[in-house]
Amino acid sequence: MPKYLLIESRDPFESRDTEFLERTATALKQDGHAVTVFLVQNGVLAVRKNARDSCLARLASAGVALLADDFSLHERGIQPAELQPGIQRSDIEALVDALVEEKTKAIWH
Amino acid sequence: MTERTLTLALMDPPYESANSTTALRIISAALQKGIHVNVFAYEGAVCLPLKEQMPHANPVKGTTVEQEEHPTTRAFITSLLQIGDGSPLLNWVSCGLCVDERGAGNVVDGVKRGSPADFFKMAQESTNTLVIPTK
Repeated sequence: MPKYLLIESRDPFESRDTEFLERTATALKQDGHAVTVFLVQNGVLAVRKNARDSCLARLASAGVALLADDFSLHERGIQPAELQPGIQRSDIEALVDALVEEKTKAIWH
Repeated sequence: MTERTLTLALMDPPYESANSTTALRIISAALQKGIHVNVFAYEGAVCLPLKEQMPHANPVKGTTVEQEEHPTTRAFITSLLQIGDGSPLLNWVSCGLCVDERGAGNVVDGVKRGSPADFFKMAQESTNTLVIPTK
């Protein structure tokens, strides 16, 4: 069964098309796939604890692994203490490792 | 250990989107891990390795070219091609039609001309493929 790596680069507060990612990740997880969402660039803007109506809490509750690119967090002044529970700081090396794992399907959004 | 290859399709032109920066970071990290990398540059991304790109001063801040150290994508690609000059190998192919449309043929050494058929072959022969489209 393939694993899914969804890479979210878009700001959820800028466009509602990021709902695509939540729907896709949730559906894949419900079908029994391992799903990881890697947040990069403006995709990390949803990670703050105080963010309203963030889909990330729902994804974490659904069992989706959530990783946030450290470089993108640093660029945007988001401190580790500000992260919502269930989101792990990560880096581009971890993304590369995930990309070359067997039976992994990667989708950039 | 089995050799691994990652293929990326890039479409954004330089200096427009953080996608280009992230793509270059992915390529660099993969090469440092000994992973071969194929890049298929499509549409505006064929301008990433243009030789004529020049760093510039910053008149707002009053800094010179030297002080500003403005990074160019052609310099990054040149460095990556030097790192990926053997094993691991960086194979950078630009879409020929996209190059012709833009008159963007004067590129740094090591960049090849190809077609979407090359991308299809790269994807077939790779461990994984990541398409980074324009927004």
